[in-house]
Parts: sequence; C-alpha cells; structure tokens
Amino acid sequence: MPKQFDILVIGAGVVGAAIARELSRYRLSIAVIEKEEDVSFGTSKANSGIIHSGFHSQPGTLKLKLEAAGNRMFDRLSYELEFPFERRGELMVAFSEDELQILHKYYQRGIQNGMTGMELLGRERTLELEPNLNPDILGSLHAPTAGVVGPYEYCFALIENAKANDVEIFLGGKVVGIRKDGAHFEVETDQGESLTGKFIINAAGLYADEIAKLAGMSDFRILPRKGEEYLLDRRVGGLVRKVIFPVPSEKSKGMLVIPTVDGPVMVGPTAVDIESKTDFSTTRTGLEAVFKNAQKMVPAIRATDIITSFVGLRPAATGGDFIIGKTKVKGFINAAGIQSPGLTASPAIAEMIRDILKDEGLKLVKKDNFRPERKGAPKIRPLVEKMDYTAIEKLIAKDRNYSRLVCRCENITEAEIVAAVRSGHTTLDGIKFSARACTGRCQGGFCTSRILDIIHRETGLPIEKISKKGKGSEILLFKK
Amino acid sequence: MNLKYDIVIIGAGPAGLAAAVSAKKAGIDKVLIVDRESSAGGILNQCIHNGFGLHKFKEELTGPEYAERYIDLINGTDIKVLLDSCVIDIISSGNEKEVIVLSEEQGLLRISCKAVILAMGCREKNRGNIAIPGSRPAGILTAGFAQKMVNLHGYMPGREVVILGSGDIGLIMARRMSLEGSHVKAVIELQTHPGGLNRNIVQCLQDFDIPLYLSHTISEIRGDRRISSVEVSPVVDRSFPDRTRSFNLDCDTLLLSVGLIPENELSLKAGVQLDNVTRGPIVDGNLMTSVDGIFACGNVLHVHDIVDWVSEEAEYCGRAVASFVKGEIKKGREIPVRTGKMLSYTLPSKVEAGKPAVLSLRVLAPLENLYLCVRTGKDILYKKKFRKIFPSIMQRISLKEVPEDAQYLETYIEN
Repeated sequence: MPKQFDILVIGAGVVGAAIARELSRYRLSIAVIEKEEDVSFGTSKANSGIIHSGFHSQPGTLKLKLEAAGNRMFDRLSYELEFPFERRGELMVAFSEDELQILHKYYQRGIQNGMTGMELLGRERTLELEPNLNPDILGSLHAPTAGVVGPYEYCFALIENAKANDVEIFLGGKVVGIRKDGAHFEVETDQGESLTGKFIINAAGLYADEIAKLAGMSDFRILPRKGEEYLLDRRVGGLVRKVIFPVPSEKSKGMLVIPTVDGPVMVGPTAVDIESKTDFSTTRTGLEAVFKNAQKMVPAIRATDIITSFVGLRPAATGGDFIIGKTKVKGFINAAGIQSPGLTASPAIAEMIRDILKDEGLKLVKKDNFRPERKGAPKIRPLVEKMDYTAIEKLIAKDRNYSRLVCRCENITEAEIVAAVRSGHTTLDGIKFSARACTGRCQGGFCTSRILDIIHRETGLPIEKISKKGKGSEILLFKK
Repeated sequence: MNLKYDIVIIGAGPAGLAAAVSAKKAGIDKVLIVDRESSAGGILNQCIHNGFGLHKFKEELTGPEYAERYIDLINGTDIKVLLDSCVIDIISSGNEKEVIVLSEEQGLLRISCKAVILAMGCREKNRGNIAIPGSRPAGILTAGFAQKMVNLHGYMPGREVVILGSGDIGLIMARRMSLEGSHVKAVIELQTHPGGLNRNIVQCLQDFDIPLYLSHTISEIRGDRRISSVEVSPVVDRSFPDRTRSFNLDCDTLLLSVGLIPENELSLKAGVQLDNVTRGPIVDGNLMTSVDGIFACGNVLHVHDIVDWVSEEAEYCGRAVASFVKGEIKKGREIPVRTGKMLSYTLPSKVEAGKPAVLSLRVLAPLENLYLCVRTGKDILYKKKFRKIFPSIMQRISLKEVPEDAQYLETYIEN
C-alpha cells in the first residue's frame, strides 16, 4: 500500500527544503524524496554561500526577481531557524574605465530592483573599506545587502523545521518511476518505496530534466556547469570582510574572494560547461585560474594557504533562467534550473511555488500549531573565541558532553556531534556539514576516529559501515 | 575550577613525559601534564614497530615500550597527568600563566602556573593542503590516521593500497599494511631521494617487494564514492607532473605521508612567534619561546626523526624550565645563530656566549663528501666529515662552550 501525501517534493537541496518548510505552514501532508543519504548532498553542499544583492541577474528574468525578493527574507529566516548568516556586503571592483562604466549599469539595476544602500565608491574609499585589495583598483560598487550564509546549515535547518512541522523525509532512494493515476501521481524509488501525491514539485537539481522525463516531458535539459572552490587556512581569514567580485563575464559572476561565514576565506568558483553530471574533479587549470583571479583582487592570497577544495555542478537549464511553474502534466510543477542566484532566491521560490499550488486548486489552510522556530545545538567555538568561560561552564553543567573536545582545529565538542547524529546525520560528510568538524586545518586527522566512535555508539552502526557520503564510501573497509 | 601548579606541560607524548621527569628531577614541586588522549604516550602508542631507543636505552623497543619507560618513571613521582583533556588557551599576565583546559572528567579548568612547556607534537599534511586534483572519494587517509585505525582500533582502510610519500610514516605503513594482508602496489615520492631512513627503505619496501617511484607524483585521483585509481606522473623541475608519461594504478586506498607540521595553533593563540622554516616556535638557548615563561620541545618545536633526540631535547628543556621557575636563569649575552647555504635551518636561533650549546639542523638536499661546520668569525668550533648526508636525518651538534667573545655562530657546509 503506497504512502499517501498531498505534496511530493523531489529533491532535498535548498530549493526542495525551502519549499517543504514553506508548505509545512499549511494543513498538508508533505513528503520530501531525496536520493542521497542525507539532505543537501547534491549541488547545495558545494555552494559558495553567498546571498546576492539583487542586481547580478538580467532584468526581466525570474532569477533577478526572485534574487531581490529572497535576499530580503534572510534576516528573519536566520533568526527563526538559527543558521549562520551575516549581511557583510559585497564590493564589485573595477580595474579600468570600461569596468567602471559597467559598475554604473549594475548600480542602476540594483536601484530599480529596490535594493537599498547601493553606492559607487572611489578608489580611496574602496581601499579604506578593504585595505587588502589591490591598490590598482579604480573604484567599486558597494552593495551592503549582500551576505554570507552557511548553505548546508541553512538546508539542514529548513529540513529540521519542516520535520518538526510534520513533513516526512525519505532518504537514500532515487525516484525511478512516475505514473499519473487519475488525480494522483504514484512515485516509485529504487529502494522499492512507493508514494502517492496530488502534486509533485520537481526540485531535483542536476536531475530535474530526468525527473520531468519520467513524468512524460522533455521541455528542457540540465547543462551542468562545474565550479571549483578553494578554501584557505583560517589564519588568513581576516583578508577581506566583504565578498569581493570582479566585473562579471557573460558566463558567470566571476571568480570571487569570499569571507565564509565560518571565518576562512574561500576563492572561486570557476565556471566550465561539462557533459557529465558526475564529474566532481578539481583540476590544476582550475586552481591556477582561481588563484590568478583572486590574487589580482587581493594580492596577499597564496595557493600555499589552501586547506581543501571542492567542486559543485550548477544545474543550469536550457534557456538560462529558472524554470518555475506548472507544466502540461496537471499537478507536476517544476522548480528547476536553479543555478546562481538559487540559494538567495530559495525562500522566494518557495513562496512562488505556494502561489502556483494555490492557483492550481490546492487548499491552503494555515496550521494553528505551526512552529516557525528551530533551535540549533549551542556551539562552543564562539565562546572559546570570546574567552567566555562562564558561559562554557554553564553549557557543561547542562550537558557533560560539552567538556569533550572532538574537533581540535575548529573547537567542536562531543555534544555538538551527538546533536548532529541525533538530527539524522550519520555520514562523515553530514556531520562535517552540520557540526563543522573535519573542516579545519587537519581535515579530520584528529577527530575522525572519535566521530566514528560517536556515530557507532549513537546509532549502533558497525564502524566499517560508517561512510563518508553514503553506501560505497565507507571510511574503513573491514575489521581485522 | 581553579588549580595551581608550578609547571604545566601540554602533551604527554615522549617530549612532554621526558620534560616532566627532568623538571621534577631538577627540583620542581608541582608538575602537571595535560593530554587530549585517553592514555599517555602520544604518537608512540600507535607505533607498534620497534627501532626506538637504540641510542637512549641501547635496546630496540617498540613505541609503546619506549613510552612505558617514561611512564614508569612518572609513576614513581607525584607528577600529575590529566588525560582526556584539551588545552584551549594559554593566557599570560605578568609572571603568571593561566592554562584553560576542557577536561572530560572535570569540566572547565583554569590552571595557573609559572611556566608552560609546549609539547603538542605534529599533525599530518593532508590531501587538501597539497591540492591533488581529482575527485574527493572515500579511501584517502593520512598514513598516521591509518596507522591509528589499524594498530589501535583494529580496522583496515582497504585492500589495494597506494602510498604517496616515502617519509618514515609512509614506509612503516607500507610494511604494516602488507603484514596485515593488503596489497601495497607502490610508494610514490616527489623528490629524487627517499624521505625516510635508509633502514626503513630496506625493511619496509625492499623486503616486501614494494616498488618505489622517485620523482613521481599523483596527478589525479579518480573514483566516485570510493577511490578507484590514481594517475601517477613523473615530475619535471621537481614539481610539475608530466601527464604525457603518466600511468594508472587501480586502488581502493590512498595513504598520504606528505609531511608533518608542528601543531602550533595553541602557541599562536598564546602569542608565540613561529619560525617560517621549522613552523615551530622561535626559541633561545633555553628553548624558551618569544613569550617569557613558555618553552617548547619535541615535534612541536621542529619535526624530529629519532625519538631518542626528542627525549634529550625535552630533558634539556625540563632542566631549563626548572631554572626559570627557581629564578636561577642568568641570561648571558645572547648571540644569533646563522644558517649557511644548503642548510634548511638551525635551532635554536640564539645561544648564549660563554655557555654550552646544542644545535639541531638539517641539510636542504642530499649531499656527498663534505664537512659540516660551526664557526664564529674565523674560529671554527666544530667540523665533522660526512661521506653522505640526508635531509631526512636531523644533525645534532654539541658545543662544550660558545666562546665568551663570540658575536654570532654560523652553521655551514664546506666541500
């Protein structure tokens, strides 16, 4: 007997998660189906973590409209859901007269979109704001509404809140069949799971075209665009405060210098169209391009400061814009082609989907008991940084596990790891993204064995079954 | 909770243990060692192979046996060892130091003391640091982490193994993995010469028929969930992979033995200045760092290859710290130590005129038929002939006395 729902959301990246959380405000039964072992394991985990300031995209596009709308929603969201978000602002910097002209164009666009506080700055003021920028810079466009966010913490927080509001999440099963049966859809996964829903929201990222095909449509293709990012040692974390953009090209926003919300500086991404949906390899040429561009803007950046790198594949769709809307199959709604500024737009995309569902006849009745707030586990790192030992003692008094340091580099305690495991993160990558362990200088050299023990203790999973990112990626192959 | 000690030693590995015993012997009353692991011994606990203690004890001990020698000495004293505890900060104010500790058993501790000895050891360079191109699958581990899981926890990372780096840890793991039944297909080394001790090349590679590819590197890692193969390329100009002449090695495990970095996060927090070459604190002839009352010894100061010298250095440090605490250090005239061509560093960077000195140094590259010398001005204080000398072996030079009127010391190579 298949499980019955009102809404089936396919894909638990930031888009699927935002949609699920938004719809969980209403009296609806909602399921999210995710093929990976954990949420946010697709494109969303490789995100740059930038909340864009509403002027990057082309006028007249859904991208621009939703970027501007989404940007405004993050203060409230981060307050309600407790994920890291800071409105640092961005500087788009110009090295020539031609580039200065282009800054003007973006300035106008931002104003038209109602983005407040934008200003064109001369060289001196630019260097005053960011002293480590290249002194050859002629000027910049300052957009104070841009911000930095923890992309997976955001996604996890959305899902946790959705779950607290009765959304069901199905992990580890890929959708392999979609059948329309009168007014219902019947969806089958490769794990043998069967679910029905009145509506399907296609938020399947890189595979949105394949999901649409299962429902009988081939209106668009996903054209993966690879981006390599390089994370630098925390030691050089103070190089910039704001996100630094070059004047962009046709293809992409350019390679940036990003002060991540955690502290370390990140540089990239590249933007290379590729055929494969599974090519996540970093390349030497990518590294060279990223550092050449980063050093042009911030000369003190060195490739020797790299502590890790990763790759994301943007699910760009044919046509270049977001594909959000109803389709010729009644009840099947796309939220596809969500490349940049997808993260920024995600809460606005969720509201747009809600409105589309309403138009399609779905009754939206608000829940009386909707809980908008989600509390994350308290973190010890900011307390260590502030040397607030009284607060640390209070935490330890509440939970002894706060006195057990697991991740030395980032100051993460056992309490936080346990909280991550209990929220459903049982892979090393899941723990990494939610608790932030293994992200520091030693890249898990010290903490991994402890994390394996904690996961084993909390879940009963044998050590040799604990994986990096799901089946097939076990850390240790066998017991002696 | 507030506690008070004379000396707090951070790390109960070979350096911390030897420093503690030595400080106690030199008359210090309250000595505390703090370590984040569940037992004392540091990295030695996972080094189950023998070869330790040849110099110190004239025996070939395993790592745990060597550690036990010092643990036994400590057990006979009132030296306190606080385990499962992590130091999160060191605060200096005036003559006092405050060490903040997160202790699994006792919660947050604030320990005041007169002096601190940094003995935190090293961490391993990893895939992220050296930015090997390719995918990020499971099955890539640093050699030390693999050693811990295999020797202490009883889990094998895989069956078809490639090792990057021919430093001692890589060589030891090549043998260990083979003994445990895995197939070690190759050891890949970037340099023209092996990184580890010659006896390990023989006993770990040759004895097991494991090929060593010098002047090669891994130019790509392949595999989706788990590593499936590595592309190995010869290097041109010491670092550039020539992918036209590359070959593939199928594997399910890649162990990285690509360098050790002294773990000085805490030192930086305490305001200690680090040396760019050694990556450890800059110290004077007493092994005191740029912060008064904070000393350093062992791998955290500079990477060692022989634990016996770690113990010697730590014992020296313990005596120096004892003098400091007792107020008996009379600082003589400090003079700089300069490092000549073809040497990568000399430690310490300053010594006192009129006092004995122990200098540690390494050459930059393998050299043949030379003299290793120390001079001050025209006076040659030390001259030793070497037929062959390697960067992988730390040289130690004991000078009975630095001349009273010396203005500087210089270590150098002469043909």
